Amino acid sequence: MKYILMMQFKMGGWSKGNISNWTPEDARANRGFLDRLNKDLAEAGELVSVVGLGGPEQMTLVQAQKDGTAMVTDGPFPESKEFLAGYWIVDVDGPERAHQIAARISALPGPGGAPANLPVEVRPVMRAASGDV
Amino acid sequence: MRRFGDFSAAEDAVQEALLAAVTQWPRQGVPENPLGWLIQVASRRMTDQIRSDHARRRREAAAIAEDADAVDETQPDDTLVLLFMCCHPALTSPSAIALTLRAVGGLTTAEIAKAFLVPEATLAQRISRAKQRIRESGVPFALPGERERTERLSSVLHVLYLIFNEGYASSIGANLQRSELANEAIRLTRAVHSLLPQDGEAAGLLALMLLTDARRRARCGPGGELIPLARQDRTLWDRGAMKEGVALLSETLARGSIGAYQLQAAIAAVHGEAARHEDTDWPQILALYGLLERMSDNPMVKLNRAVATAMVHGPRAGLELLAELDGDERIAGHYRLDAVRAHLHEMAGDHPAAIACYLAAAGGTASVPERDYLHLQASRLGGSRGLG
Repeated sequence: MKYILMMQFKMGGWSKGNISNWTPEDARANRGFLDRLNKDLAEAGELVSVVGLGGPEQMTLVQAQKDGTAMVTDGPFPESKEFLAGYWIVDVDGPERAHQIAARISALPGPGGAPANLPVEVRPVMRAASGDV
Repeated sequence: MRRFGDFSAAEDAVQEALLAAVTQWPRQGVPENPLGWLIQVASRRMTDQIRSDHARRRREAAAIAEDADAVDETQPDDTLVLLFMCCHPALTSPSAIALTLRAVGGLTTAEIAKAFLVPEATLAQRISRAKQRIRESGVPFALPGERERTERLSSVLHVLYLIFNEGYASSIGANLQRSELANEAIRLTRAVHSLLPQDGEAAGLLALMLLTDARRRARCGPGGELIPLARQDRTLWDRGAMKEGVALLSETLARGSIGAYQLQAAIAAVHGEAARHEDTDWPQILALYGLLERMSDNPMVKLNRAVATAMVHGPRAGLELLAELDGDERIAGHYRLDAVRAHLHEMAGDHPAAIACYLAAAGGTASVPERDYLHLQASRLGGSRGLG
């Protein structure tokens, strides 16, 4: 079964907590944690894809308008409290394993090396197949 | 292992044998007698003394392999040994499935990856890990002993059942690689059945696969939409496959054998006998589900019995069974419980309740065609869903 695991960062804390502001040791610890995680998932044959995304300052919002044009604005929805920092797609035996991986992601080290305890959204990837109805 | 006696050397030999099976066995199928192949590879790692002993055995095996009709009565077929190893209960299902398709099924890593919609590297690692786990668990290259045989065979049949379902469930899409899995599962189950002709569950599983696969062309419409059994065009059913399934089942039941796969096959056979849905012998199906429920702890069986109960005793009786399932934490809240409940509410004429349950079920499934089917049922009754 395939699941998407979406790592969410708080919008408010972003500019202050942005990894480019961390100490080199903390940044290395963070990178090392993710590298080990991805290596473990790959070796287990569970990793389908892992994607890091550009932050809110690189985000553009595009919305089709009634007149057929498209409105393009910089930055996220004003009301957004969180943004998607990156995601994993894993192929695992069941939801318990997906949750286990998500828990590991959630604890990735942040400033000072402390676990960030981020919220990670877990959702099934929709399938094109179906049993009989 | 049984003929080498040297355990550590045999362990290496197992690795080599699996590797060789994986890279050299022809795609068309396992050779009539794989003994020659496996001994040939395993013996490369042995000492001279053992190697010369094996050169002698290889000549014997080669001689046997040349004569297609010859059966080595004293040695169990190594296909079966390999299947038992690949489906070892120590492996997760995805691992066992991947390893079985590679080592016994003869599919390439790329083909399996395409069938399961994962990158080839992911699949390759899965297989690699699986082989490593088998090595670490110390499973010998031999058939399991009598005491473990039933449980281990049940693991093999379960893996083959999962492969079949993966393939059958994909037969509504355009991914041919995926639906080919059903044929592969049938082929491997045929092999198990021919190697263990006395085993009722192996025969039952093969019958179940044939009887289910027979309905493949009728289960979806021109737009790829799912068609339930009640509305399928039965002229599209593969009567030849059904006939074979029924014959297999009759033969095994006649031997006094009984088991979960045999019962499921029997239910499929009873459905298959009806020329039209309205001719279905529901009392017989209900009785079979009753038996199945006694053999199987799976709450899904009770769910299916609720449908049969409704068909025999009316929707109220079926809904009462579903209320009991609400108390079973393994299935409470499961979308299929909502889907069946919706169907029974509809039978009972309670459209608002049916609509609510269809929509709840639609929100709970990860299958796009199934979700679309459930939304369609809701809108057919006048209910609707919005996008925002």
